Amino acid sequence: MATTEVLDGPDISRAVLRIAHQVIEKNHGAEGLVVLGIPTRGVPLAARLAGAIAQIEPDWAKALGQLDVTMHRDDLSRAPTRTVGLTAVPAGGIDGATVVLVDDVLYSGRTIRAALDALADLGRPKAVRLAVLVDRGHRELPIRADYVGKNLPTALAERVRVLLSEVDGRDAVLIDGATR
Amino acid sequence: MKHLLSAADLDHDEAVAVLDAAERMAATQAREIKKLPTLRGQTVVNLFFEDSTRTRISFETAAKRLSADVINFSPKGSSVSKGESLKDTVLTLGAMRADAIVVRHPASGAPSRIAGSTWTDASVITAGDGTHQHPTQALLDAMTIRRHLKAGAGDLAGRDLAGLSVMIVGDVLHSRVARSGVDLFTTLGAEVTLVAPATLLPVGVETWPAARFYDLDRALAEAPPDALMMLRVQRERMSSAGGGFFPSPQEYTREYGLDARRAAALAPHAIVLHPGPMNRGLEITSEAADGPRSVVVEQVANGVAVRMAVLYLAMTGEKEPAV
Repeated sequence: MATTEVLDGPDISRAVLRIAHQVIEKNHGAEGLVVLGIPTRGVPLAARLAGAIAQIEPDWAKALGQLDVTMHRDDLSRAPTRTVGLTAVPAGGIDGATVVLVDDVLYSGRTIRAALDALADLGRPKAVRLAVLVDRGHRELPIRADYVGKNLPTALAERVRVLLSEVDGRDAVLIDGATR
Repeated sequence: MKHLLSAADLDHDEAVAVLDAAERMAATQAREIKKLPTLRGQTVVNLFFEDSTRTRISFETAAKRLSADVINFSPKGSSVSKGESLKDTVLTLGAMRADAIVVRHPASGAPSRIAGSTWTDASVITAGDGTHQHPTQALLDAMTIRRHLKAGAGDLAGRDLAGLSVMIVGDVLHSRVARSGVDLFTTLGAEVTLVAPATLLPVGVETWPAARFYDLDRALAEAPPDALMMLRVQRERMSSAGGGFFPSPQEYTREYGLDARRAAALAPHAIVLHPGPMNRGLEITSEAADGPRSVVVEQVANGVAVRMAVLYLAMTGEKEPAV
């Protein structure tokens, strides 16, 4: 099976930094931003994004957290039982905030659908934005990312893997099963 | 995990996974919106052939917080009082497409009989069968102990009870809580000590992985516990007042009851558990039950989280095809 490396470590760092600038540009500063990562790999990505935003806007209170969506998924009876992850919201909560959801790969859109439901149980943000490292297409729901690290047109048979040094020991985005 | 029939069915990693899931569930219960959509459209039947307040309400709360529909069944006012058998009762529930059946029954083994039958393909969860098992009680006790004694720094996830000493005192003979507790706590790496009059220890207790004492004061001195669990004296399972198991309630209290003096002599970090309902003045005095070491109320709160975790783990995942 052929594996292609689509992004390497420096590529990922540049993508995160660019998204940080885009988030700040669209929000006219960092005020009211809350960055929430979706486990597993959305969490370290969210930490990197929040770190980049805090470097650009030093006054920002760095509101960073994570949002587990397991209990809100619609495929719980179709897949093996999932481990429930940790949800941790910054002390200020999310009411009235601009929440930036962070995930590694945007695919069917079902995880984000679940995340929007999970978010509604936690409070009422002013706005919700979505940042992903890779958008591989094949959406099953009308959901779109606001910030994308890399648009990656894929075939359904291919598998996209995001490796992050915090979890996997190195940074890379790989496609398995590709004949490119 | 399709069924949860006995605490002995859980291996170390499975038991830790249930406790970790329970901690996640507990976190959701601190929110303003406590209800999760996880088991939407599924039905949980509470099939209780024995009286129960906290276990039934706890399972009902847990199922409702996960958005399952709950049907409570008790033999009073049902066809059981007309002589309907367990099999026919379960067949009826199966025909109504119950997805999980929570069973409490005076006969040991009744939940296993249901789970091993072709009467229903629902998940079966034991909520106490005779003097056999009460696994969710052991899990909530383990969760409470872990929270108090294993918190240290950082996340609890993945931790077991290794190195802790748990002492179980009282009516071990009639106690399914004690049996499930011994199974689960030893699986999780704790040392378990049983303290009871010889008449309230079952035949075969010497094969259990637990030390035994007949004298509470000696046990407290020689094997000081980190967690002390006082069992209820189950008078309803004894024929007369003391049932011939002990001479008088006063003597039982004096020899095996937890009073302020014994509670004060415990290690500073030690906690006191009781599965409830408490016989205040018999196995525990009000001073000890309401004292700073008592975690009895916390046990009830943790019960909901543990049962949410068990229902979640039993009722999600790929369904086996119906036969």
